[in-house]
Amino acid sequence: MTKVIVLIVGLAIIGFILWWFFGNHQVVQATADVKNNNQSVDVEVNGGYSPEVVTLKKGVPATINFTRKDASSCLDRVVFSDFGINRELPQNEQQTVEIDTSKSGEFNWACGMDMFHGKVIIK
Amino acid sequence: MTITKRFWIALVFSLPMLVGMILMPFGIMIPGGEWTQFILTTIVMAVAARPFLQSAWASFKKHHSNMDTLVAIGTATAYIYSIYAMITHQSVFFESAAFVVTFVLLGQVFEERMRNNASNAIEKLVDLQAKEAEVMRDGKLVKIPLSEVVQGDLIRVKPGQKIAVDGVITEGSSTVDESMVTGESMPVTKKIGDKVIGSTMNSNGTFMFKAEKVGSDTMLSQIVELVKKAQNSHAPIQNLTDKVSEIFVPVVLILSILTFLVWYVFLGATIAQALIFAVSVVVIACPCALGLATPTALMVGTGRGAKMGILIKNGEVLEEVNDVKTVVMDKTGTITNGKPEVTNIIGDSQQVLKLAAALEESSEHPLATAILDKAKADTIQADKADSFQAIEGKGVEAVVNGQKAFVGNDKLLNDVKISTELENKMVQLQNEAKTVVFVGLNQEVIGMIAIQDAPKATSKEAIATLKARGLRTVMLTGDNERVAKAIAQEVGIDEVIADVLPGDKADHVEKLQKQGKVAFVGDGINDAPALTMADVGIAMGSGTDIAIESGGIVLMKNDLRDVAKALELSKKTFNRIKLNLFWAFIYNVLGIPVAAGLFFAVGLTLSPELAGLAMAFSSLSVVTSSVLLNKAKIDTKVKTA
Repeated sequence: MTKVIVLIVGLAIIGFILWWFFGNHQVVQATADVKNNNQSVDVEVNGGYSPEVVTLKKGVPATINFTRKDASSCLDRVVFSDFGINRELPQNEQQTVEIDTSKSGEFNWACGMDMFHGKVIIK
Repeated sequence: MTITKRFWIALVFSLPMLVGMILMPFGIMIPGGEWTQFILTTIVMAVAARPFLQSAWASFKKHHSNMDTLVAIGTATAYIYSIYAMITHQSVFFESAAFVVTFVLLGQVFEERMRNNASNAIEKLVDLQAKEAEVMRDGKLVKIPLSEVVQGDLIRVKPGQKIAVDGVITEGSSTVDESMVTGESMPVTKKIGDKVIGSTMNSNGTFMFKAEKVGSDTMLSQIVELVKKAQNSHAPIQNLTDKVSEIFVPVVLILSILTFLVWYVFLGATIAQALIFAVSVVVIACPCALGLATPTALMVGTGRGAKMGILIKNGEVLEEVNDVKTVVMDKTGTITNGKPEVTNIIGDSQQVLKLAAALEESSEHPLATAILDKAKADTIQADKADSFQAIEGKGVEAVVNGQKAFVGNDKLLNDVKISTELENKMVQLQNEAKTVVFVGLNQEVIGMIAIQDAPKATSKEAIATLKARGLRTVMLTGDNERVAKAIAQEVGIDEVIADVLPGDKADHVEKLQKQGKVAFVGDGINDAPALTMADVGIAMGSGTDIAIESGGIVLMKNDLRDVAKALELSKKTFNRIKLNLFWAFIYNVLGIPVAAGLFFAVGLTLSPELAGLAMAFSSLSVVTSSVLLNKAKIDTKVKTA
């Protein structure tokens, strides 16, 4: 009898994992505020990036401020492969990354091991 | 708390349990038994492992998972079950949790060091910069920090000093070691009017130069920028790992639950046994190795290239190089020096050269430059000439020492006399792919000067190396077929496409692409379309911005041998990426079934501790393999017959 219960519970957990990780969940998005011909967005790095999608205005100098709260070494770098940026993120320290907004498009960023991803949309 | 600190804490509190485990067969037990284990492990979990748990929880809330998720779930399961087992007086496995944490941290400590090692190349490049410069300000030489140097500044460089920025020598001369930028080990002689590159080392002379490019415009800054971009670029092969890493952790979690269920429900194992298998599965899986495989190799490979004066722009180029079948080369400036030189003088060489130099003195034509250079080299003083007159499309005439003298090409021959002996000589020279200039006095040819854009000394060896690698070599040139063929024969090129208009180079590359991937090597502005069209564009030496922009690989040195080196390096780097990925995949593909107890029947199992150790070393081994790329042999020497 115990075994049947364990089996059911186990399968239920598998179901939950599938739904939780692969289901369609909303991601946090943000649009930068433009102030004095400058735009910036704060991104908190904690088990991922929030917001994960940042929208910037084309042609306005932009910065994204990353603050890593997470202790994991997984997230200790942020890499923008399109811009050649690879920045170390010391824990609990704000790091400002300048983004070239001269071209519009979608540019991904990732952690140093390419496990976590975020996206900049310039339009 | 740093990873290193966490590792030491984990190690110190795990050691007593390790000692206990070793002494157990001898009947010696650590005092306190289960309670000691419980306390020690609790400290390890609370201090060293807490960041894993926090990070895992933070990502979980965002519907993400990472390596920390696996470590956290694996160790927490072992820990919590052991507490339950302790209360219900069953056998515990606290030490598994503690050991896994220790091993994983050990792996991360090494990995962090190696990763820093891999990305060091760039910082070393930046460190090359001079810190200050002696600049002329208000008529006086003053020392100022590098950042205050502006365009147009006159800067003095003493022997042994670093040149601060890019510029042109205005006074003095010296030899300069440019190896840090171009990879060229021989010092280069520099005199007035020559360009100097910032961050290179002046050796013996003192000179003044005018700053032309400062700050982020200098060659070094641009190289650094380029390498940075390359190191962080995305190789197409990564798309696969991206997809895998997205689903990796949840899939492993599911596998681990299935492992538990199969062992406990269907095979009748105890909860403890089933749990150990499940925990091993979670712990051994290592998505990091997959994630690190490409970026680290890319970083080391491009960094090493930069040191050799070979700039590989991105990961895509590396992949393309692998399938290149044909290397197409531009002739002028790539295979040849790009600078015509006098090779033969027929007739009384002193007199011929004297006369020719007098007539060509004010001409800008490349052939004239070659003649004047030769006269200068032989220290021949040109006669004075006046009443110059151009002979349209044929040459030039003037009065020298009261006599009418002329210099010109073979179209002149209709108007003047030439001896049969000279005529025979002319044909012979022309067959050697040389341009012949006729020098005459009073309507009669008195001598000839043969001029040729000679192949670089290294071109022959370079072509032989490329051929030894099984590549088809093709020369593309705007020159006529005869000249082109002669040069091709001299350096050993297979095929010649001559009489190509500058605008048609790209079309020819496109045609060749139908038979396989093509690499195009060129240097000039007019090569840009072909560089872009080719699968791999290799821009040579000169460093014209447009060529650098269009090429996928940029060679800092004007040496064709570097083409083979660049191809070799790209191939090595790409192969290393493939090797890394292979091991990372194999490791997981083999490790997970073993950990799940699939080979239990033949006695092959993995305890969680061993799984933790294996996982720590899998990512470490990938990074190490990338760093070893620094030591890989780039051998391009072949014997030239």
